[in-house]
Parts: sequence; structure tokens; C-alpha cells
Amino acid sequence: MKEAIKNRYEFVILFDVENGNPNGDPDAGNMPRIDPESGLGLVTDVCLKRKIRNYVETVKEGEKGFQIYIREDVPLNRSDRGACETLGIAETDDKKLTEELKKLKKSDPDVDLKLRNYMCEEFYDVRTFGAVMTTFVKAALNCGQVRGPVQLGFARSIDPIVSQEVTITRVAITTEKDAENKSTEMGRKNIVPYGLYRAEGYVSANLARKVTGFSGEDLELLWEAILNMFEIDHSAARGKMAVRELIVFRHSKELGDCPAYKLFDAVEVRRKDGVEYPRNYQDYSVCVHEENIPDSVEVKRMA
Amino acid sequence: MGMGVKVRVWGDYALFSRPEMKVERCSYDVMTPSAARGILEAIFWHPGLKWVVDKIYVKKPIRFTSVRRNEVKSKILASNVLQVYNGAKKPLYISGRSDIVQRASLLLCDVEYVIEAHFEMTDRANATDNPGKFKDIVMRRLKRGECYHMPYFGCREFPAHFCLCEEEEIRTAYDGIEEKDLGYMLYDLDYSDPENLQPMFFRAVLKRGALDLKDCEVVR
Repeated sequence: MKEAIKNRYEFVILFDVENGNPNGDPDAGNMPRIDPESGLGLVTDVCLKRKIRNYVETVKEGEKGFQIYIREDVPLNRSDRGACETLGIAETDDKKLTEELKKLKKSDPDVDLKLRNYMCEEFYDVRTFGAVMTTFVKAALNCGQVRGPVQLGFARSIDPIVSQEVTITRVAITTEKDAENKSTEMGRKNIVPYGLYRAEGYVSANLARKVTGFSGEDLELLWEAILNMFEIDHSAARGKMAVRELIVFRHSKELGDCPAYKLFDAVEVRRKDGVEYPRNYQDYSVCVHEENIPDSVEVKRMA
Repeated sequence: MGMGVKVRVWGDYALFSRPEMKVERCSYDVMTPSAARGILEAIFWHPGLKWVVDKIYVKKPIRFTSVRRNEVKSKILASNVLQVYNGAKKPLYISGRSDIVQRASLLLCDVEYVIEAHFEMTDRANATDNPGKFKDIVMRRLKRGECYHMPYFGCREFPAHFCLCEEEEIRTAYDGIEEKDLGYMLYDLDYSDPENLQPMFFRAVLKRGALDLKDCEVVR
């Protein structure tokens, strides 16, 4: 295990969308998520985590220690079985494995911990965001719950967004029957003409040290993944999305030097004077009020 | 022997799931004592102390909003998996397609509370530990905004900002309402038997905007 990080971090991500749908709301027919009271747009935490996972998966492509646990296609328990194999248990059939594990549990009380550590070492997303691995409840043995050091909140737009419905047509018809009586089919897309979103996150050095071993190298990869999360995620629905700025606050201590809200309050994102309808990033000004940030906290702006 | 603190906590969203609605999660109207304890433990905890929540003040009106997300289903039967993949070494991961469900959560939005709590010493404290020392650590952390990990309102995606509450007289959003009955709420889990965790409930009544938990009757 590499050495875990030693400092607490907070970060602010500013990303924007142009003529696209950053995060559809399943409750509203896939329209962009909107907070109904304020009209501000939302992007959920899990949406951003998915992008980070996808980036790491693409860049690291199966490199040892940088696998991704939550992907597509193979059920959960296979990952847990990988954990079992390192303990010298081969899997032949279900029943036999259960008995083997029962024996193992009796002879080695720390087996849960070993499995958990294996999962943290192998899988980047478990090490970063944590995971609940109780799906492996065989013979009362489970990989346990891991709280990862990285915590993300919902992203919210700076100004209220307008969701626009665009109706489109296509000339190919799906079924034979329909093809007989019409020549085009209608579809629709929902887009946000422009929106600048702000997400806030936290990195706990204590959880990194005590639980998952999230290291400095992992942290650098996290920043890289955040900065590039939309670069490999283009699609017809999403339009033009980009991370415009990542502002990282590095505390001098493991527990931190000052409350997180003071740091976040110091980042002021405003629509410039005279701009009524923001349509690009230049319509906003981003200012970090250094005077409200303790000297011991290091501010790094990446774009 | 214990020492009291008052902590002001606030945030954009909160989700204190009702145990009877775990799938499509629905929040209680106010923070549960166990969630308040979790927030305090995120700031400071030591085996030698035990947090006891005395009072929760509700400083902002109770408002709800709903968010539906793609989530991962909890369990897959390992036996089914085995029949499909038998020992072949392939890359390991979670199945997206067969394992994703859409679930709504009913969240509280724009919340602010004051948690009034004290801690009691346990027999796992070291010889050099004493309430005064713990109290100093807690106060220092509250003043400087230090924490073990960022506290949260029920779920980790809803961070809870915190600071020391310095108000003499705490005003709430329900100052004018004598009593508001919230029905039975989860008090906390009883961890005394690790093999068999027992939930405990209590009758939550908001009296002038505050939930009084001193000597409240706990039902198991």
C-alpha cells in the first residue's frame, strides 16, 4: 500500500453545458434536472462520480490497483470472488465455497479485514468513494462497508436554467407497419442553452489513512479525472460540456485549518454586469477572495 | 459526568430516511437523534466518550423536494452468478445493466439545526483522559472547523456545515407553535449486542421548534 494523503482538501468544480442536457431527470421525462422552487439546475453527485469512474477506467485500462468496481456487464459478486481467490480459495461450486469460507472464518478472524483491504488496493473507486460490499454474505463473511475519503455534493447552477424542448425528426421508421402510413418519425430532445454549474467536494485525510489508503498519486488522478471528466463523455444528448475550473484548497493539517464553508464562501461566481442571458463562460466572473482564506490553506486553481 | 456543547449545523439538503420507507427513501421531518450523533462523531469521537443528544432545534421551516436517481440494487444471488461464470478469470466489476434501478428520494431542503448534546465517559477511556480534555478538543475543533470527515445530513452527498453555536437564546422556525406532533421516530440503534442490532423509537414532539430528548421514553 502506498502512503495515504496527509492533508485535508476541499474543492470546487465549475463546469458548464452548452446546448445539451447535463443530467436528465427520470421523473420528468429526461428533462434536465431543475430545482422547482428556485429554477436552478441540478446535477446529482452520482452522475459526477460516474464520469470520474469512466475517466479512470479509460485512462488506466485495467492497470493493477486502478480497476473500477462499478462498471457495466458483470454482476457484483465476481469482484468479491477475486478477493476470495487471494486467500487461496478456489471456487468450484457454491456449496463447497461456503464450507471453505466457514472454516476460514473460524481459523482466521481477520479475514474480513483482509478482503476489505484487498478491495481497496485493487479498485480505485472503492478506495476513493468507498463501497458497501455486504453482497458477499456467505457464511457470515462479508467484505464490509468502506467509507471513502472523497465526498461530493450535488452540483447546482449559478443562475436559473431554461430547459428547451427541441423536436427532431428521423427518416428511418422502426416498424414495417408504421412505414406504410408515414414517412418520418418525431422525437424530442431537451437541452439547456447554457448553464454554469458549481459542485463542491471534500477529501478526508483521516479516512484515507485509517481505512482505504487513498494516496497522493490517487489524488492527482482524481484531479485529472475531474478536469477531464467530460472530455471522454461526449454524446448526442450532452452537447458541449466542459470543466472550466477546479479550485482546490489544501489544508496544512490532516484535520484541516478552517471550516469548509468559509473556503466555499470565498469562491464567488457572478454573472457579469449587464449580462441578462448568460450564453458562455465569459459572461461570468470567478473570483477567489484570498483575504478570507487562512494563510495556511493553499489555494490551487486548475483549468 | 458530562459536558454540554451546542453545535449549529446547516446545509442545502438532508435525508434522514424513515426505516419503513427504505427503497424509495423518504426523509423524516426533522433530524433524528442518531443522525445528530453521527454528525458529532464526524467532528470528534474517541472510544472513551459517548455522545448523548439532549435537544435538537429546528431553525428553518420543514420543506421537501424529490430527486430520482439511478442506483445500484443491493444484492445479487451469488449462486446464480456462479452458474454463469464458473471460475473463468475475467475482469471483475459490477453489472450496470441488470443491477441498476431508479429510485426516488424525498429530501428535506435548506435545513438548519442546533444540536445540543453532552458526552459521557465510557470505560474504554485511557488513564489520562478526562472530560475537561475532551471538552477542550471538541471546542477547539468546532472553533477551527476541524473534523475527522465532513459531517453529513443522513447521506454523504448532503454535507453538513457546522460551527459552534453562540446564540444565548435559540430562535426556531416554530417559535409560535406550542406543540407539533411528528409521530414515532427512530431514536437510535442499540449496539449492545453486535449480532443483533435493535432499533429504538420515541414519540417526537416539536415543542416551540425544539425536540427535547432528555429523558424521553424510548420504545424498543
